[in-house]
Amino acid sequence: MTVGGPRSRVLVAMSGGVDSSVAAALVKAEGHEAIGVWMRLSDVSDSHSDFSRSCCSLDAADDARRVAAQLDIPFYILNLEREFDEGVLQPFLRAYMEGRTPSPCVDCNTQVKFGALLGRARLQYDCDAVATGHYARVAAPAVGAGGGPAGGAYRLLRGLDPGKDQSYFLYGLGQEELAHTRFPLGGMNKPQVREIARAMGMGTADKRDSQEICFVPRGNYRDVLRERAGWTAEPGPLLDVDGRQVGEHFGAASYTVGQRSGTGVALGEPRYVWKIDSAANIVKLGRRADLETRRFEVGEMTFVAGERPALDEFRAEVQIRHRGKPVPATVRPLASGRWSVETDEAVWAAAPGQAAVFYRGDEVVGGGRISAASTSEE
Amino acid sequence: MPIYLDHAATTPMRREALEAMLPFLTEQFGNASSLHGFGRHARAGLDEAHESVAKSVGATPREIVFTSGGTEANNLAIKGAAWAGKARGHRIITTTVEHHSVGHTVRYLEKFGFEIVEVPVDRFGFVDPDDIEAAITSKTILVSVMLANNEVGTIQPLAEIAARVRRHKGVLLHTDAVQAAPYLPIDLQALDVDLLTIAGHKFEGPKGVGMLFVRSGTNILAQQQGGAQERYRRAGTENVAGAAGLARALELAVAEQPDTAARIHLLRDALNKVVLGVDGVLGTGHPDERLPGLASFVAPGLDGNAVTMALDLAGLACSTGSACVSGSNEVSHVLSAMGYAEGDAKGALRISLGRNTTTAEITEAGNLIVRTLAEQRDAAEKLAESRALGRASVPVVGALAHVGAAESSEAETPAG
Repeated sequence: MTVGGPRSRVLVAMSGGVDSSVAAALVKAEGHEAIGVWMRLSDVSDSHSDFSRSCCSLDAADDARRVAAQLDIPFYILNLEREFDEGVLQPFLRAYMEGRTPSPCVDCNTQVKFGALLGRARLQYDCDAVATGHYARVAAPAVGAGGGPAGGAYRLLRGLDPGKDQSYFLYGLGQEELAHTRFPLGGMNKPQVREIARAMGMGTADKRDSQEICFVPRGNYRDVLRERAGWTAEPGPLLDVDGRQVGEHFGAASYTVGQRSGTGVALGEPRYVWKIDSAANIVKLGRRADLETRRFEVGEMTFVAGERPALDEFRAEVQIRHRGKPVPATVRPLASGRWSVETDEAVWAAAPGQAAVFYRGDEVVGGGRISAASTSEE
Repeated sequence: MPIYLDHAATTPMRREALEAMLPFLTEQFGNASSLHGFGRHARAGLDEAHESVAKSVGATPREIVFTSGGTEANNLAIKGAAWAGKARGHRIITTTVEHHSVGHTVRYLEKFGFEIVEVPVDRFGFVDPDDIEAAITSKTILVSVMLANNEVGTIQPLAEIAARVRRHKGVLLHTDAVQAAPYLPIDLQALDVDLLTIAGHKFEGPKGVGMLFVRSGTNILAQQQGGAQERYRRAGTENVAGAAGLARALELAVAEQPDTAARIHLLRDALNKVVLGVDGVLGTGHPDERLPGLASFVAPGLDGNAVTMALDLAGLACSTGSACVSGSNEVSHVLSAMGYAEGDAKGALRISLGRNTTTAEITEAGNLIVRTLAEQRDAAEKLAESRALGRASVPVVGALAHVGAAESSEAETPAG
């Protein structure tokens, strides 16, 4: 850890998984006053009808509570249902309904963990920082001679373990957030983390990594759309590259760009969802090559440093999905307020709504949401 | 050492209770139902516990049924009376401010065809005895009204309720006296109820043991089947040590009750004065007709969970009103029933004193509460400010640096 005083009070967001369990242990081991919290993010209430789901999620809270007790740190459940609904769930549903790709993990970090939770931690619980089990690093500004700041800014860096790096989801953090954020696992890899958990006898040591979006049970987002957004499946035309109808889809809102289509076999070459017109309820397919692009636009841009780069255009590596390959690109501001991104080599399935994150080596420069992709058709 | 002011949730067990239990956890380990000497010793201990409790509450030993706690005793009283009375009627009358071990039990019975009437309360949490009587019909079999409320401390006019219920033949009266037991005199010669619940851990006895008083001649159906224990009313090998611990703690609590009540009443009033001096804080429950050691407030606009969490971190253990840690957003059903709006009820705070609470602790607690309420008020205002600035969920000052023209994700249109 690189920020904070010699001993500070740190709120640790504990999910009940191994990463945040070890993060809490490390915060405490560094001599800080660690306070464990489990965020209650949806109304997995204690009602009987929801019993099975409520149980799963309250089980996670129990796992976190158990680890906190082993570490002998205070532990609380914080209710952030409203903040999660406004900041993550509603945007997720809107994205699907409007044919965009949602980025709930980015929203959750920006709006909930390093938004509402950090605000509460600092204002209500007198904490200096929030720590999480993310695999990313924060570099503090250099300290000048005599102990004063030498200028510069907090920098957000990739986690050292390339297989676990989660910086992509954290690009929305700015200076104020990074100054009060700790990622104790940033310099570790997963086996090391599990090793610590095992050595400490934590019940979460061998818990499986979560793979799905946490609020989408069994990965079935269509159920979530039905339950939360009142979506009903309305079949519509499935068009091929040439505009010819090749079948029917289940309702445009339930697709995302880049999704593999089952019709590829019949057409002799795999097909992917290329374009979604949710208003007209049309889903258009393309061949793999059709989804390649070297130019797209990004909106809602934020920069980690808090201000846009001094030069009008800048070079950076752009990454358009978690674990995606960073591709060198030239980024220019547009009159519309958006930014144009021209990549040195083609990227695949740059879908509207998806986060585009700009790196210089290991450092996150900033990021935004892809607003429109120009593909071979234009 | 943190200050403990959550005695309404539970109390520390007193040494005398532990000493009364120890023989039955060591040498006298026998099963009270066994015919041999080991069993007889255990049975003797259990009989003594019955006799002792009976003496403490003005009952006879056979009217005492030991259970696993207050919740089981309430379940046994209500379900037992309901099923025993099913041939005569199906209507059960209770109030809107009962503990969940009563409220959820009657809701459960509703699924089996019982008709549940929840009589409302006033702003202080009082139920009107006339309203209870007005709800009684020829089909009514049971009335259940708590003696004192666990969240706001209001003491119900139970003698008057009993007088009303007695005018109607065949209606049983149950009272949940769990919260009242150590602080109000309980005399079942005077208090005309058929069923009464207490729990050992609320008066410095052990957890996991409670008692249901079943007045002689009252018919209830056992709710668990097995052996003949507790005169067929509660099957299962008896918790002799628990019964002995409860009996001893109750005996002492009853003897000390006038002194304890008078002393913590004064301390409570002193604390009340300090906390009610904070701008915007209101007392809940009745100002006078309340448990002597229970102080309850609302701080409208504040989050009671945040306040109690901050107090815990500062070294004061108290509660919002009931011992719930699931993080649910639900507000207290008691405060809602008393007419508090959701925003006000969210800011609930309960401070409950015990026999060992000291003046120094109350002074310190008062300071901590005043300071914490001020800090939380300040935090709440800053959080509200940042929300007003349009950062729905990003309350940190200077949060996100959005670059570029005004744009929103909703404005984006999908490609193609």
